[in-house]
Amino acid sequence: MSDTVTTPPRRKHYLNVDYGIKSWLLTQDHKRIAILYLISITFFFIIGGVMAALIRVELATPLGDLVEADTYNRLFTAHGVLMVFLFLIPSIPAVLGNFLIPLMIGAKDLAFPKLNLGSWYVYNLGALLMVAALLRGGTDTGWTFYTPYSSTFADSEVILTALGAFVVGFSSIMTGLNFIVTIHRMRAPGLTWFRLPLFVWAHYGTSLIQVLGTPVVAIAILLVAAERLLHIGIFDPALGGDPVLFQHLFWFYSHPAVYIMILPSMGVISELIAAFSRKRIFGYKFVAFSSLAIAVLGFLVWGHHLFVSSQSIYAGLIFSVLSMLVAVPSAVKVFNWTATLYQGSISWQTPMIYALGFIGLFVIGGLTGTMLATLGIDMHVHDTYFVVAHFHYIMVGGAIMGYLGGLHFWWPKITGRMYSVFWSKIAAGLIFVGFNLTFFPQFLLGYMGMPRRYHAYPEEFQILNVLSSAGATILGLGYLLPLIYLFWSMRYGERAGDNPWGAYGLEWETSSPPPTLNFDEPPVVTTEAYDYLSLREKKLA
Amino acid sequence: MSEYITPIRTYLAVFLALMALTTITVAVAFLELGPFNDIAAMGIAITKACLVVLYFMHVRHSSRLTKMVVVAGFLWLFILIAFIMSDYLTRGMISLQGPIG
Ligand code: HEM
Ligand SMILES: [Cu+2]
Repeated sequence: MSDTVTTPPRRKHYLNVDYGIKSWLLTQDHKRIAILYLISITFFFIIGGVMAALIRVELATPLGDLVEADTYNRLFTAHGVLMVFLFLIPSIPAVLGNFLIPLMIGAKDLAFPKLNLGSWYVYNLGALLMVAALLRGGTDTGWTFYTPYSSTFADSEVILTALGAFVVGFSSIMTGLNFIVTIHRMRAPGLTWFRLPLFVWAHYGTSLIQVLGTPVVAIAILLVAAERLLHIGIFDPALGGDPVLFQHLFWFYSHPAVYIMILPSMGVISELIAAFSRKRIFGYKFVAFSSLAIAVLGFLVWGHHLFVSSQSIYAGLIFSVLSMLVAVPSAVKVFNWTATLYQGSISWQTPMIYALGFIGLFVIGGLTGTMLATLGIDMHVHDTYFVVAHFHYIMVGGAIMGYLGGLHFWWPKITGRMYSVFWSKIAAGLIFVGFNLTFFPQFLLGYMGMPRRYHAYPEEFQILNVLSSAGATILGLGYLLPLIYLFWSMRYGERAGDNPWGAYGLEWETSSPPPTLNFDEPPVVTTEAYDYLSLREKKLA
Repeated sequence: MSEYITPIRTYLAVFLALMALTTITVAVAFLELGPFNDIAAMGIAITKACLVVLYFMHVRHSSRLTKMVVVAGFLWLFILIAFIMSDYLTRGMISLQGPIG
């Protein structure tokens, strides 16, 4: 199935044009910047993962015996902040998007290469602030920084962590801006909007959210700092403020931000499903526009996080109905992927295993989301483990599955090498099983009434908690494996060839790894996306 | 894309208009107009912001796409404010009765 390996070993590509630290730290090549991001986010994924491991060890027994309540608060805050701001939000866009968007649209680079490099430095600056906060004892507000606790009462490192999130936000805006301009202005001749890969559409939607939403959370976080330092009355009722205003401002960004985390993953899934069913995605235009619909509708539902607050019940009603509407474009994607599989020529490669896993887990996450968006049910399960299970099904079961699937799919393009197929399938299996064992019991726990964010719990919850902790061990092992075999493959892996999957798309037409300017000759596009039919005919001819 | 060069005259005119509006803002603050004080101040401020965006930031003679981006920004600000107000303005509409109320 591979297009045979004909790359001469001495060919110049983006990895060997230049050596040395400086050639990396000052690079303006989107592909190298993607690698820089990959290193940074992997680092923080590991730290965030260690925090999660500690949380699960603590929760293996009902008593709070490993850490104190206060330490526990700092643990889950660090876990949430690192995973959301330093891993998930940049994960697919800044690594895979950065690497692939110029390749997919036949461009030499992003529109603003320096801005791209700048975004990585800004990200690291923000990350540094957060690490400093951690080293000084951490923050105990939860990743949501709710007022009045964060603004008036908490005496942990709120300001440093918040400032970190503020700064990292700007790197996210820079990436989004870069993508929007690039997609508008740098498409190859013939590459019309409706010929774009769905990965690009998904990133376009994501970028819109990044640019329109991030400034609001940045300012909201800054206002918390301002109130702590200068006692301006914004959120503190004693000073004439309103604590729930913070929740409004925070979720105006952060609900759309959950789509920053999942939309790129959906883009990856579209590519994987097409490539491994050898078919054009069913209802291409619907899937493309559903990305935009999610981006826009996602901004109108944030009040579903405030049902159990002083938010007016009338506003709650509106937000509840609107939340149901977001489920529609999400369902459009799921149904269309499933329809694509129908009568496809399916091959069970590792990335495809991740893609199918994504579909199942995302459906569970999305359906429980609509349960939570139902006012009456949410009164019961708000702030319980049910919510924790819901968003982990989407963010870990969905977003990370997509990220890993994409990483495995494009790894041969990025490094020019193939990883061990055997180990990658073992890892995918471990991750799927471990994930479900970790988080499914949490739905039950939450429904039975176990609240989130406590380090101790009544004894009757222990069995399910032990199951969850056991699952987390398997999941951790599953994540460790790719770290090892992917790293290993960079040196010892088989050479991959330009198009090892026989997939359709401009990124597969250039060599692996690609040359610095991506294409030896500027590509011209004459066909639709995922035109597997003509690919087959060409092969037969 | 053909660049439109704004003549200096226009800049000067806009600048003078901004100055005049500032003076009016200050002047209005000295009048007792009840709720209209706020309305006047906000109205003038919005007019000034529009002048700056249209002329100093060159949006008036920019491409349709740029205009769309600007409009989207304000539309999103409107969404933010409108939905938050949908909470604040309707909070008092439910009256609690019985033991709690
Ligand atoms: C089908 C669409 C979705 C609906 C209707 C939905 C609904 C909800 C609701 C109502 C809550 C609040 C529950 C509560 O606190 O009582 C919630 C929480 C949450 N959801 Fe979703 N959700 C959806 C999709 C997503 C996606 C795609 C993600 C992430 C990629 C996500 C991530 C989260 C997170 C992080 C929280 C909890 C935040 C926190 O309080 O810490 N949701 N969801
Ligand atoms: Cu939400």
